[in-house]
Amino acid sequence: MSVAKKYRLRLQRRRWLIRAVRRRRDLSVVANRTSQIRKRDILLFSTLRNEHIRLPYFFEYYRELGVSHFLIVDNDSTDGSREYLAEQPDVSVWHTAKSYKRARYGVDWLNWLQMRHAHGHWTLVVDPDEFFVYPFCDTRPLRALTDWLDASSIKSFAAMLLDMYPKGRLDAEPYHPGQNPLEITSWFDAGNYMITKNPEFGNLWIQGGPRARVFFRDTPQKAPALNKIPLVKWDRRYTYVSSTHNLLPRGLNQVYDEWGGEKASGVLLHTKFLNTFPEKAVEELDRGQHYAASVEYRAYAKQLRDSPELWCKWSEKYINWRQLEILGLMSKGNWA
Amino acid sequence: MTVGIVMLVHTALNRAEQVARHWAAAGCPVVIHVDVNVGRKTYNDFRQSLHDVDRVRFSKRHRCEWGTWGIVAATQSAAELMLRDFDDVRHVYLASGSCLPLRPVEELIAYLNDRPRTDFIESATTADVPWTVGGLDSERFTMRFPFSWKRHRYLFDRYVSFQRRIKYKRKMPNGIVPHMGSQWWCLTRHTLSAILEDPDRGKYDRFFRRVWIPDESYFQTLARLYSHHVESRSLTLSKFDFQGKPHIFYDDHLQLLRRSDCFVARKIWPQATRLYRAFLTDEASAMKRTEPNPGKIDRIFSRAVERRTRGRPGLYMQSRFPNWGWENGMTCAPYSVFQGFAELFEDFEPWLTRATGTRVHGHLFAPGRVEYAGGQDVINGALPDSAAIRDYNPRSFLTNLIWNTRGERQCFQFGPADAQKIGTDLAQDPNASIAVITGAWAVPLFNTNRNFGELRAEAARLQKIESKFVERLRAPSAKARSRIWSMAEFIEAPMESLQNLTDGIATRAPRRLTEAPKMVDLTGFGHFLQNLKNQGMHPYLMGDFPVTADTPERPRRQPKPYLVQK
Repeated sequence: MSVAKKYRLRLQRRRWLIRAVRRRRDLSVVANRTSQIRKRDILLFSTLRNEHIRLPYFFEYYRELGVSHFLIVDNDSTDGSREYLAEQPDVSVWHTAKSYKRARYGVDWLNWLQMRHAHGHWTLVVDPDEFFVYPFCDTRPLRALTDWLDASSIKSFAAMLLDMYPKGRLDAEPYHPGQNPLEITSWFDAGNYMITKNPEFGNLWIQGGPRARVFFRDTPQKAPALNKIPLVKWDRRYTYVSSTHNLLPRGLNQVYDEWGGEKASGVLLHTKFLNTFPEKAVEELDRGQHYAASVEYRAYAKQLRDSPELWCKWSEKYINWRQLEILGLMSKGNWA
Repeated sequence: MTVGIVMLVHTALNRAEQVARHWAAAGCPVVIHVDVNVGRKTYNDFRQSLHDVDRVRFSKRHRCEWGTWGIVAATQSAAELMLRDFDDVRHVYLASGSCLPLRPVEELIAYLNDRPRTDFIESATTADVPWTVGGLDSERFTMRFPFSWKRHRYLFDRYVSFQRRIKYKRKMPNGIVPHMGSQWWCLTRHTLSAILEDPDRGKYDRFFRRVWIPDESYFQTLARLYSHHVESRSLTLSKFDFQGKPHIFYDDHLQLLRRSDCFVARKIWPQATRLYRAFLTDEASAMKRTEPNPGKIDRIFSRAVERRTRGRPGLYMQSRFPNWGWENGMTCAPYSVFQGFAELFEDFEPWLTRATGTRVHGHLFAPGRVEYAGGQDVINGALPDSAAIRDYNPRSFLTNLIWNTRGERQCFQFGPADAQKIGTDLAQDPNASIAVITGAWAVPLFNTNRNFGELRAEAARLQKIESKFVERLRAPSAKARSRIWSMAEFIEAPMESLQNLTDGIATRAPRRLTEAPKMVDLTGFGHFLQNLKNQGMHPYLMGDFPVTADTPERPRRQPKPYLVQK
C-alpha cells in the first residue's frame, strides 16, 4: 500500500471519528447503566426502531451467549421498545429522533458510543433480527471464543449475514414475542454467494442469497452486501465505515485467508423475513431512510405484492452451526 | 518414593490452586512459581489460599516472558527448592497452572516407580525435526536474541537478518549438541540435580540466556549429558497449532480427554468447569476407565491445522478467499465441458447421461438463461438460473455449482455463442476436462433458415470466438485437460473418441459403448461451407470438408446405429 493511500485512509478514519463525536449531540440518555461495565465484559451495541416484538428473545439469546451489557440507540420507536429497554437491568439506552440516514445508517451513533464505552472490550454490533452463530456455540460460551481470539492475537471476527426465511408465504405464520424466530424462518440458501474483494478497504464483498435470487434477479449488482465483521476487540481509534461491513484501520478487515487456508468465522442468522416484514417494508419505504435511496425496500415492496415466497426446492433447513460449517458458509479455522 | 510437581503459574490462579490441592492431596509435594507480572496483592492472596496445604512451597519469582530466559530461571529455582525441601521426591514433573491431571495421581506415581531411572523429556536434535515455526531452528542457538519477539518485533527481525548477513555464529559451550522438545518434562532427581549442580552451569546458563525460546532447549540439551535413560516423549498431552501456540481444551473435549493415555493435559480453558470437575476427583469417585485412543485427539488437532493452512479445495467463503494461484484447486471436483457435441449429435445430452451416469447440463453459459439439466430453474444450493446473476460473477457461479454438487460429477455444454468470460478460468482449472469439436457451431447455422448475409456475419463472429478459446486451451499456462478435434477429424471415427471421453468420466465401471448418439444429417454441409468461402468468409476450424464427399454419390446404406465390432 502506498504512503499516499495510507495517509488518505488515515484521514478518512479521522473524519469518521470526528463525525461520530459531533453526532453525539443527536443522542439523549434514557437509561445509562454503563457504570456496571466490568473490565472484561463483552458488550453489545445496536440501533433499532420499532422492534419491540423481537426484543424479549433477542436479549434471552445474547444473555445466554455471555454478553454482559447492552448499549442501544432507539431511533424514535413508537411501539414501546424504549420503555421495554429502559426496564432491562443490563441495558443502557439512548434516544434520538434524528435522521437514521444522516447518521450514516446509525454508524455514527454507534461509533460514538463505542469510542466512549467500548475501549478494550470485545464488542458485538448486531441488529435485533441478527443472531450470532460461531463455531462450537452450542458448547462454548462467547467468552471462550474471545479468549481464544485474544490468545491468537486476532482482533476482528467475521460473520456473514445469512438470510433466513419461512417455507411458504412470509405472512403465513405470526410471530409471538419471546418466540425463537428460527422456528418460523428456518430455511436458507446454501450455495449461491458471490464474492469479490474491495480494493479500497481490503474487505470481501459478498452478495447473493435469497434476496439476490428473488428480488435482484436482473440487477445483481444492486443486491445487498452480506459480509459483516460484527465482533471486534474495540479500540477508541477504530471506526466502522459502512454498517458493520468494513472498518478502519484496514487491517481489521483481513478476516479471510489469502493463501488457501481457512480462518475461523461465524454467521449472523438474519431473521428479517417474519410476518412483520411486508408491513415494515412499506413503512421503511415511506420513510426513505435506507441505503441507496432505499433501493432494497423498493424492490421488496414491488415483489412482495405478487408472491411473498422465498422458499425453493433447494432451500436448506437450519440445524446447527456444524451444518453451516460443512456447507462451507463458516469455518472452525484452527480452533478445535 | 513420590513425584514432585513444579508448577509455573501466571493466570487463572484459582484453577492453579485447585490443581495444586489435587496434587498435594495425593501426597505429591508442589512447588509453585508465580510470574512477577502477577500483582503483589493477588500473589499474597494466592499464597494465603494455599496456606493450609502442607506440602506446597512458593519459589523465588522471575519475570516469565514467552521465548525468554525467565521461564528457565523460574524452573531452576523451583526445582532447586523441590530437591532441597523434599527428600522423598524421585521424579520432578514440570507442569503449568493450566495443566490438568487426566489420570489418578496414584497411577502416575506407580508408573514412575516402575521406571525409577527413566527421564521423560522430549528431546531431538535440531537438524532432524521440522517443528519450528518461523524458520528459526539451528539459528536459535547460534545467534543472539536480546530483543523481545512480542514487544519489539521489528528490532527482533532486523537483528536476526543482520546476524545472518554478517554470518554471526556462536559456539556451543563444551561442544554440547543442541536438542529441542516440549517444555513439559519429568526428570529424575539424579538427572535434575546433575544439571543444577554442574560446575559448568554458569557457562551453560550464560549461553542459554541468549538462546531463542530456551525453555524448549535448556533441559532438553543438558539432560542428554547426564541421563541414564532418556525416553524422548512428554507425559503431558499438548497439541500445537500452526503458529506454535498450544491448542486449548474445553468442556466439549471431555470424552476425548478421557480416551487419552497421557497423565496430564494442557492447556485447559480456565472456565472449563466440567473438565475440572470431572478430572479433579479422588480415585474412588473417578469415572470409569475407557479404552485409551490417543489417535483420535491427534486426528482432530492435525485436521484443524490442515484446515487453517490448506483449507477445503474449491471453497470460496467469507474467511477463505485465496489469491490467484493459491486456491489449492480452483474448483472442488473434476467436471467436463463439451463444446460442439450437442451441435453435432441430436440427442447428445440424454445419451451422455445414460452412458456415464453423470449430471449433464445444457449450455450453462447460454445468453438467455442458465440451462440446467432437466430444465430446472434452480439447482443445488439454491443457485438460480438467472443469466444476469451468473454473468455478474461467472467464476463464483462455476465454483459454487461444483461445490454445491460435491459427490456428483457435472458435465455441461459450452460454445462460442455462450458468455465467454468464464473461458479463462476454465482453461486454468486442473479439474476441467474440456473436449472441443472445433467448427461444430456451423451445423446449427447450416440447418437454420436465415438470410445468408446474416449467417455469414454470425459464422465469422463465432469462428473468431472459438479460435480464441482454443488458443487459450493450447496456451502453455493452461491447466485444464483438453482434447481438441476439428469437425472433419472427429466424424471420421466418432465412436473411438466418444469411448475415450466416456471412459474418463463414467461413474460406473468403464464398459463398451453399446449405443451411439445420433449424428445430425450432414448432407450438403460441404456445400454450405463452400458457399461461405465463396462469400469471402473462410471457415477453417472444421477442417477439410470436400464439397463432393457428402454429395449423395455413395449408395446410402440403411440407417443403422454405429456399432463397434470386435
